[in-house]
Amino acid sequence: MTDRASAPTGASPAIHTVGLAKRYGSQVALAGLTMTVPRGLVFGFLGPNGAGKTTAVKLLLGLARPTSGEGLVLGAPVGDVAVRGRVGYLPELFRYQGWMRAREVLGLHLRLGHQPRPTWAAAIDDALRTVGLAGRGDDRVQTFSKGMQQRLGLAVALIGRPELVVLDEPTSALDPVGRHDVRQVIRRLRDRGTAVFLNSHLLTEVEQVCDRVAVIDRGRVVGEGPLATLLGGGAVRVRCTGLEAGALERLQAFGPASAADGWLAWAGLDHERVPDLVARLVAEGARVYQVDVTQTTLEERFLQLLAPS
Amino acid sequence: MSATWTITRLTWHELVRRRLVLALLICTVGVIGLTGWGFAKVPGLHDHGQRLTPGEIRVIAAQLLILVMFMFSFVLALTCAFLAAPAIAGDWESGVALALLARPLRRGELLCGRWLGLALPAVAYTALAVALEFGVARWTTGYVPRQPVVAVAALAAEGLVLLTLTLALSTRLATVTAAVIAVVGFGAMWMGGIAGAFGQVFHNGAISTVGTVTHLLLPTDGMWRAATFALEPRLFAAQAAAHAGAGAFEAASGPTPAYLAFVGAWALGVLGLAWVSLRGREP
Repeated sequence: MTDRASAPTGASPAIHTVGLAKRYGSQVALAGLTMTVPRGLVFGFLGPNGAGKTTAVKLLLGLARPTSGEGLVLGAPVGDVAVRGRVGYLPELFRYQGWMRAREVLGLHLRLGHQPRPTWAAAIDDALRTVGLAGRGDDRVQTFSKGMQQRLGLAVALIGRPELVVLDEPTSALDPVGRHDVRQVIRRLRDRGTAVFLNSHLLTEVEQVCDRVAVIDRGRVVGEGPLATLLGGGAVRVRCTGLEAGALERLQAFGPASAADGWLAWAGLDHERVPDLVARLVAEGARVYQVDVTQTTLEERFLQLLAPS
Repeated sequence: MSATWTITRLTWHELVRRRLVLALLICTVGVIGLTGWGFAKVPGLHDHGQRLTPGEIRVIAAQLLILVMFMFSFVLALTCAFLAAPAIAGDWESGVALALLARPLRRGELLCGRWLGLALPAVAYTALAVALEFGVARWTTGYVPRQPVVAVAALAAEGLVLLTLTLALSTRLATVTAAVIAVVGFGAMWMGGIAGAFGQVFHNGAISTVGTVTHLLLPTDGMWRAATFALEPRLFAAQAAAHAGAGAFEAASGPTPAYLAFVGAWALGVLGLAWVSLRGREP
């Protein structure tokens, strides 16, 4: 994942915003969103409830008008009507015409997206197959379970091979198998160069598929970057004895160290440096009995970023 | 235009798929059959043992036809209101609008598409149903309205006026609220029209003004009066003129070109307000 995180392609980023803000009366829904989503990557967009994630999505798609700030989506100003033909969207509240057949819903979106008619049949079959609804295309949407409707929503987002796909909580109604399928779909999108903007509460899911992540709180970005960079190093604990006097100060070269109950601990240490640390400890006269290396999870980092607020 | 047309077709598709067209056609055929049976009985009526003269038959047929058309206009108005109320509000309430508007679809195209999708079937249905009723009346009694085409146009316009208002309300209000306001408005304007006519009979300026205001505020009764004038024989119009057109089922004169132009401008204005309202609404 990390090797892709700084490898955007294309002339303009998929999304670029500067101070994008939205107010509803005196209430600030988005305080000034500044971020860049490169093309060809999976970008995780995280934040607590009420942080402004869905508002940001609506502004990017032209469903709401920003109070101030500006932004570009696929090189066009936010709100541009034509560019929406190159963007796929699965809303958090996914609802499609219950009286229509799944195939007809997809046909409607192809028509609205100005896709050439001869490509429709193949595109619809492909989208239905991709989301696991092959064979259900002629069924009415009202007969679908909630999970199947979300799969249909994903198909709507994928139809017409968009350059940017915005997924707002794409697995909220899916079982574990469905979630796995969605992750596979997202990876395939990335492989074909499509940018994916993933808004999800499921941090483990984001951790598994995202190349870059932005965390917003109270309408502002509080952390953003490649996932590996954002997580930083993990914690390293070493149980050892016989360390020479003054060695602990010298070991601060690996970062702030703490000692307690026979354990030395370093936070935020790059895993690549662990062998060097152990070698240095031995060189300082220590007898090493145990080394614990733990990776900071996205959830831990997420909570750290939100802690000051 | 293509996006507008897509929404228009989507609306038609929904009307057919939900079996509304089929239900309306079956009900209409049934009602026309029943009224036709009633019309067929008119030539056989007797008055003090005497068969009715052709003139008397035409007078009775004209009165019956106006009553049937009033019932039709009421059904048409309710149908238009209940179809238009969920046309925009339903998309918002269900969340369908989120997916639709994320496509290259302008709010104005959604609005026009919905309006055309409802207005064209409403006009077609009016023309078909009223023409059938006129045909049955002529076949059974020989009565032909004075201006049948004008009558159809006025009845259709009445439906379109209420449809336009309801669609505009639907851009801001919940489905039920929009429908209720439209229906109450339709009834209030009808009552206002009658009150205005009585005001003219009794030369009461204030009450007459009520009629004028209602015809300007929501021109459904104005269009009903236009339809009535086109439906009634010349004799009725003369009688109505003698007592200043009081009553719900008679009219002393047809609408003036200025009033017709006003109704057109009213509809465009309300559609314009609906567009402004929809532009400012966020799903």
